[in-house]
Amino acid sequence: MSVISDADLVRQDAATLSSALSAGDITSVELTQACLNRISAVDGTIHAFLHVDTDAALATAQDVDRRRAAGEELGRLAGVPLALKDVLTMRGVPTTCGSRILEGWPPPYDSTIVERLRAADVVILGKTNMDEFAMGSSTEHSGYGPTRNPWDVERIPGGSGGGSAAALAAFEAPLAIGTDTGGSIRQPASVTGTVGVKPTYGAVSRYGLVALASSLDQAGPCARSVMDAALLHEVIAGYDPRDSTSINAPVPDVVAGAGNGDIRGMRIGLVRELSGEGYQPGVRERFDQAVAMLTDLGAEVVEVSCPHFDYALGAYYLILPSEASSNLARFDGMRYGLRAGDDGEASVEEVMSRTREVGFGAEVKRRIMLGTYALSSGYYDAYYGQAQKVRTLISRDFAAAFETVDVLVSPTTPTTAFKIGEKVDDPLAMYLNDIATIPVNLAGNCAMSLPIGLAREDDLPVGLQIMAPAQTDDRLYRVGAALEEALLDKRGHALIEEAPAL
Amino acid sequence: MANITREQVQHLAHLARLELTEEETAHYTDQLSAIVEAVEHVSEVAADDIPPTSHPVPMTNVFREDVARPGLDRADVQAGAPSWEDDRFRVPRILDED
Repeated sequence: MSVISDADLVRQDAATLSSALSAGDITSVELTQACLNRISAVDGTIHAFLHVDTDAALATAQDVDRRRAAGEELGRLAGVPLALKDVLTMRGVPTTCGSRILEGWPPPYDSTIVERLRAADVVILGKTNMDEFAMGSSTEHSGYGPTRNPWDVERIPGGSGGGSAAALAAFEAPLAIGTDTGGSIRQPASVTGTVGVKPTYGAVSRYGLVALASSLDQAGPCARSVMDAALLHEVIAGYDPRDSTSINAPVPDVVAGAGNGDIRGMRIGLVRELSGEGYQPGVRERFDQAVAMLTDLGAEVVEVSCPHFDYALGAYYLILPSEASSNLARFDGMRYGLRAGDDGEASVEEVMSRTREVGFGAEVKRRIMLGTYALSSGYYDAYYGQAQKVRTLISRDFAAAFETVDVLVSPTTPTTAFKIGEKVDDPLAMYLNDIATIPVNLAGNCAMSLPIGLAREDDLPVGLQIMAPAQTDDRLYRVGAALEEALLDKRGHALIEEAPAL
Repeated sequence: MANITREQVQHLAHLARLELTEEETAHYTDQLSAIVEAVEHVSEVAADDIPPTSHPVPMTNVFREDVARPGLDRADVQAGAPSWEDDRFRVPRILDED
């Protein structure tokens, strides 16, 4: 039996836990129970989870322990607990997407990600909170109440995947799954002092991922270290014939990337358009220090210009609502979820309108109407058509930049975590949080956010974003591992160790 | 300069099947105008000779083998349906009565 206390256990990273499990120092049941105990202790305050699947998680853990004891060869993450964003279907627990319109909905099939996690014997603890249908940057737009940032419970944990990021930062789970349409993995990672990766578009199957904007959505790993993210990335990525946009090519060796912290001779570009005005001084200061570290580690750092990035936010807020308004038409109260006003007299159209009025929150309605507007005849060419051309220009900016550099870097977010309530009814202010993360989604390449320190003015986490060409996700991990190690050497401990005890 | 009117918001809400309250209609009229104004500069840069991108990974005609596969289990679908009758979805009337 283990002599490690629950409190120590939940703070370990997944790679360490994996070694302890395979060495027989701990059991998966002990580890899973420690996470469940931590959830019971702190989630009343944090509200990272919408549903905790206690019995099934313990049953999976027991099964892993039994098979390990019988000498079976298991995967690297077998028996390690994980928190799953509630936008991915999983049989046995509800999938709500943070919306009242899907309250309690039991999905009829597992998403491919869940299938892969189950096949890898990962212990899924439950489903995490999110902005409704992934529309938001603060998790305040959840139909089930906001998630709080473990660094300061009066502040937002980012969004839409605030639940997954907060679960990591509150030590409720060592691993989590997020989805990133305009920054929903990277921005929460940045403001909670955790690591998040948006893989190359098409790298991780979208089958069973409830669609927000199909040409932008991509699921990816969230963790407290670069290596942990790589281990999870390896499990969930790969070709899936059930997603027609899935890339049929080998997954770049991300674990090798995370194990290779050598960036000598690498060319790193600073994006001129993702700096300066609008970026908090403490964010800039930490970013500049991190860039100096990259130079010290032997990389060649140069400034590059991506002139059309200035138009990315505008293009995104035309393309995303357009796709979302089409995708969310399926929530009509006929086949799944909520139905309102079906009194035996009302027509199907009246019931649909009442259901959507009652079931959707303010941000979802805003974006559905914006998308309906952008796609209307007479406006289509001026808005949606033009936005698609800007998308081409942004891809060309990336292509030109990647001719001279191997990766690009920027601050992940312009500011640290803001106060709950501060921007909830100011959509334009909220949209600006994603100004640095959106270009990657439009072009379909890959990016990572990792913590680089606390901002001087508020002692809150700052994230650095690394962007790489499509299908070179391993480069993110190589640069991320180098920087993470240098920061660890300098500080003597991981930044996440400074998170409040709660 | 985008100026979305109250009537346009009502029309959009109808098209999108949202039964907005008076208060919501007024609120969204202001907000949608502000958002459209903030994004309409996209038309400044994109010239006629720029091809549109609808999708980051260009793929066409992704087919699977033409082999029958089982559909969803009926009991599972029923479990998530708002209303069910005679082994089918029960829906409100779809035709006007007069």
